[in-house]
Amino acid sequence: MNIPAGYLYTKEHEWVKIEGDLALVGITDFAQGELGDVVFVQLPDVGSKAKQGDSFGTIEAVKAVADIYSPLSGDVVEVNPELAGTPEIMNREPYTSGWIVKIRPSNFDTEKTHLLTPEAYKDLTSA
Amino acid sequence: MKRDVTSLQSETKLIFEHSHEGRTGFQAPPTPDSLPAFELPAELQRKNAPRLPEVAESTAVRHYVNLSTRNHHIDRDFYPLGSCTMKYNPKINDEVAALPGFAGLSPWQPASTVQGALELLGELSDALLEVTGMDNITLQPAAGAQGEFTALLMFRAYHMKKGNVRKRIVIPDSAHGTNPASIVLAGYGVTQLPSDSNGLMDIEALKRTLDEDVAGLMITNPNTIGLFESNIAKIIDLVHDAGGLVYMDGANLNALLGISRPGDMGFDACHINLHKTFSTPHGGGGPGSGPVAIKEKLARHLPVPVLKKNGDLFVWDWNRPDSIGSVHTYYGNFGMHVRALAYIRSLGGNGLHAISENAIINANYLRKKLSPTYQIYIDKPCMHEAVFSGNNQKAKGVRTTDIAKRLLDYGIHPPTVYFPLIVPECLMIEPTESETKETLDEFIEVMQQIDREATETPDLLKHAPYTTPVRRLDEAGAARNLNIRYFDNANA
Repeated sequence: MNIPAGYLYTKEHEWVKIEGDLALVGITDFAQGELGDVVFVQLPDVGSKAKQGDSFGTIEAVKAVADIYSPLSGDVVEVNPELAGTPEIMNREPYTSGWIVKIRPSNFDTEKTHLLTPEAYKDLTSA
Repeated sequence: MKRDVTSLQSETKLIFEHSHEGRTGFQAPPTPDSLPAFELPAELQRKNAPRLPEVAESTAVRHYVNLSTRNHHIDRDFYPLGSCTMKYNPKINDEVAALPGFAGLSPWQPASTVQGALELLGELSDALLEVTGMDNITLQPAAGAQGEFTALLMFRAYHMKKGNVRKRIVIPDSAHGTNPASIVLAGYGVTQLPSDSNGLMDIEALKRTLDEDVAGLMITNPNTIGLFESNIAKIIDLVHDAGGLVYMDGANLNALLGISRPGDMGFDACHINLHKTFSTPHGGGGPGSGPVAIKEKLARHLPVPVLKKNGDLFVWDWNRPDSIGSVHTYYGNFGMHVRALAYIRSLGGNGLHAISENAIINANYLRKKLSPTYQIYIDKPCMHEAVFSGNNQKAKGVRTTDIAKRLLDYGIHPPTVYFPLIVPECLMIEPTESETKETLDEFIEVMQQIDREATETPDLLKHAPYTTPVRRLDEAGAARNLNIRYFDNANA
């Protein structure tokens, strides 16, 4: 299972990658494998507020429908426009082209303590 | 026309592709001169002729008979669909429902002309009340989910009458997906509680969430893991003490007949799936029927009309100011009520008890025989269904979906898979009471064989099925690019 370094993770199987002052958010390789082929992603509106631990969207896959929980609080500044037409990129490239939203974090230094390192996430998913 | 040796199996055309202009399978009689002319208003007249297939009667019959042979159904082979009780439908039910005195009725007939039919509804109501231990009932809802919705509207009316409509309904994380949907439709919020390590409702978590915002609890018993909620009396007391009401999702009633009753456990309402527990047709063979049985405190809110007796006559009572209104046209799906009563009367009380006993014994037989090969989710005696995780096979690179597809090659319909959501790679197997030991043994052998295939030839499973009219479908493509129209535009 692919758990790249340079990312932080949640217990709900989302990832965060910091790029400048923005946080890129997606779901992990483990999550896409458990869900199966993604058929539809409901995204938040650009400009809406995300709150750490709250659901901001849903993923509909062949096996299940799952909430997407925000790993951080902040403003949603961009959503991945490719997901509307080709949601399968979440299965193919969950850590790169399959990203879901970009958030401008409002409280990163405090909230990052609730996120998991790649090692901790590996322990979680292999338990 | 060219025909190859497999053509009997290869009917792939749509009925429209058999169509030839001007061909008919029916000749309308000439219009009698005495019939007065009548012209529909212009806005009601269609602009184009309907695009109906034009085929000979024999073509139409062969087309649909051929398609029917490609279906998997319970009259053809084993169908262990857990949580749904896809049990065998005895043919006597259909014979009784086809009697002209039932089949030829119109729902517009005055009650005085259909006393026999109303007596049947009364008798079915009494039987269902005896089975559930409840006080009153509506036969209107067309399915379990509509029964849930109907009962939640009654809960809402009950709380409204008491002055506080309340805000949320509690469910366990093993709940059927219809439960949260019904809750939201009824205007409440959903609070989902995790199950405990025994697969049962977590009483401490329930205690923590109960307050005066909680309108009620919905719980399936036995639950979707196939386990009896052994603390049910305590659970119901806790909710009642907090002023809430308790609803039993009756999808799994097949395990309880003549053994224990929701009314005695303390439930305020429950639905009964006639198309599960009482052997009326299910799925595409429906329609369904989901009567709701209730305790007296909810009776004033029952859907109208309510059947009652005036002296010797059955009549419909519409004068019920606190009713939630009607939830179905007329009185529900009457043909299903006839079938369900035929089933109940042909079995009798002892027969119904034997049904649940045999359903439980059959499920436990499968649980014991399969548990060396497939990981049992909670290792203790189950009720009517045995829930496994496909983890052993996942370790070999084969997923539950591959096991399900491979079962089709052996002529067996897969069980429910990937539900309940809390069980990884879930396989939920419900054999029902209708299957013989020989059928169960065959199924066990097939499941063991599939496990051997998972070890020796995992790729074989990943591309199954091979013997079905269509091979593995592109489920994601079907969901992403759904197109079920034959004609390009609907303008006809």
